[in-house]
Amino acid sequence: MNIHAVRAIYSFEMARTWRTLFQSIVSPVVTTSLYFIVFGGAIGSQINEIDGITYGAYIVPGLIMLMVLTQSTSNASFGIYFPKFSGTIYEVLSAPVSHYEVVMGYVGAAATKSVMLGLIILATAGFFAPLEVAHPVWMLLFLVLTAFTFSLIGFIIGLWADTFEKLQFVPLLIITPLVFLGGTFYSIDMLPPTWQTVSLLNPVLYLVSGFRWSFYGVGDVSVAVSLMMILVFLVIAMATVAWIFRTGYRLRA
Amino acid sequence: MDRNHLAAFQAGPPQTGESGARAQAPGSTEPPAVSIQGVSKTYDTGFQALRSINLTIHRGEIFALLGPNGAGKTTLISIVCGIAMLAEGQVLVNGHDIRRDWRKTRAQVGLVPQELSTDSFETVWRTVSFSRGLFGKPANPAHIEKVLRDLSLWDKRNHQIQTLSGGMKRRVLIAKALAHEPEVLFLDEPTAGVDVELRRDMWTLVRSLREKGVTVILTTHYIEEAEEMADRIGVINGGEIVLVEGKEALMRKLGRKQLTLHLHTPMDRVPETLARHALELSEDGEALVYTLAQDGETADVTALLQDLADAGIRFRDLHTQQSTLEDIFVDLVRDRT
Repeated sequence: MNIHAVRAIYSFEMARTWRTLFQSIVSPVVTTSLYFIVFGGAIGSQINEIDGITYGAYIVPGLIMLMVLTQSTSNASFGIYFPKFSGTIYEVLSAPVSHYEVVMGYVGAAATKSVMLGLIILATAGFFAPLEVAHPVWMLLFLVLTAFTFSLIGFIIGLWADTFEKLQFVPLLIITPLVFLGGTFYSIDMLPPTWQTVSLLNPVLYLVSGFRWSFYGVGDVSVAVSLMMILVFLVIAMATVAWIFRTGYRLRA
Repeated sequence: MDRNHLAAFQAGPPQTGESGARAQAPGSTEPPAVSIQGVSKTYDTGFQALRSINLTIHRGEIFALLGPNGAGKTTLISIVCGIAMLAEGQVLVNGHDIRRDWRKTRAQVGLVPQELSTDSFETVWRTVSFSRGLFGKPANPAHIEKVLRDLSLWDKRNHQIQTLSGGMKRRVLIAKALAHEPEVLFLDEPTAGVDVELRRDMWTLVRSLREKGVTVILTTHYIEEAEEMADRIGVINGGEIVLVEGKEALMRKLGRKQLTLHLHTPMDRVPETLARHALELSEDGEALVYTLAQDGETADVTALLQDLADAGIRFRDLHTQQSTLEDIFVDLVRDRT
């Protein structure tokens, strides 16, 4: 185990976070605050409570998930795409580091950043809605697992993408719609039955539901199903990364 | 690198011939720095970049790999360093297989790539320290400082790389490659687009590395560079190793030396009395051209001059010309294509 390499990659990536503080932390926080003001405050005041929770509070877990998912994928994908783009990837490829060490460094840093971001947004939310976290340990577990899984997915996107266009494609056109339609701002009970069934095909629904359960003890699906689903994603993502590295796909000629 | 090797370097100036071999005694039981056997490489596009390459790099030598653009130099280096996949053949670094013992071999190898690929926003110090960690070495600020000072980068250590000139970026790449104290260093076109001063610095650096026992393999198409630095030279063309030879041996074997005598009075043919010398008359009849035997030693210039004097041939000027590596190289590459 080349622990020095993992540390080097990890701190390199974290340094990038601090260097781009505005883009990585400040702007997602501002965006989320706007959501709270508009949806939670203005519109939410006109909406009935859902499962006995005010609308403003109901959307807190969804909004955190929205930000964690999009930031994990975009940050992790950029982290590995940029060295490919600039050519500095040669050094990682020629270094005595295993695939898993590379993943630990890059994805570990991206996930760390997402967890930090999630917690910051949670704290910000406290200004807009009454906060209660029924199961803090589960909340953290869901947050960490989601951040790690979607950072892995981002990493895969970064490996796959060979243009900036493709890099943006998945986060904007797949992840964001899935998150919006995954019960971030509503309970699927509010949908017509057909759409409820369609929603169950949306993987993100399970993440949001499980996360919301850790806050309020209620969710669209049972927490066990949520947990299982996120573990399934994690395994799929890890298997994909392993395959990419084994074949050298888009990394080694 | 052990002391015996160092002693071998310091023993004295290189002898003629395979001077690279002096770094590693012929009977040495130590494995060569790099051993490449039967390596072929075909890219997904169907382009065959390497055709059954066999090449041995001795420990402690400076080996220059010459070849035109697209000859396969970078591909070969990329394979040894682990950047390109090795599908066919075997590569050993210090006796370790690059596929089986990849951790060991990669930790011993350093690479300065051809492209100026740098992390624009990082500082010099951080990027060089990063490289050391990446290659599995614990932090050693003293070593990093030494590397930066040796490369005249110390004053720039806190500068962002994007603020540096092209030459400085090249130095940064070298510093990164040296950060983990490699035993084998690959320099891919180290002086492409580099000014004279930096080129001289680079040569000095490479020599000092060799004194420390580092094996250096450089690719170049500046023949001057190979001629200046290399112990041995390999020529690669069209994905094949065309030849590998000690620099002096190569020059002796393939280098021509010609003596041109500019005549006082033009003649229409070479006189009979000079028939035993390999003389040629220039087309305008104004000069005699004498090609010395290729090793330059068996030629009897004295006898020639004596015979010329006896024949009453007077000349107003004379000059000798020795083919450079460049001439040799051009000949070699042309012959094969």
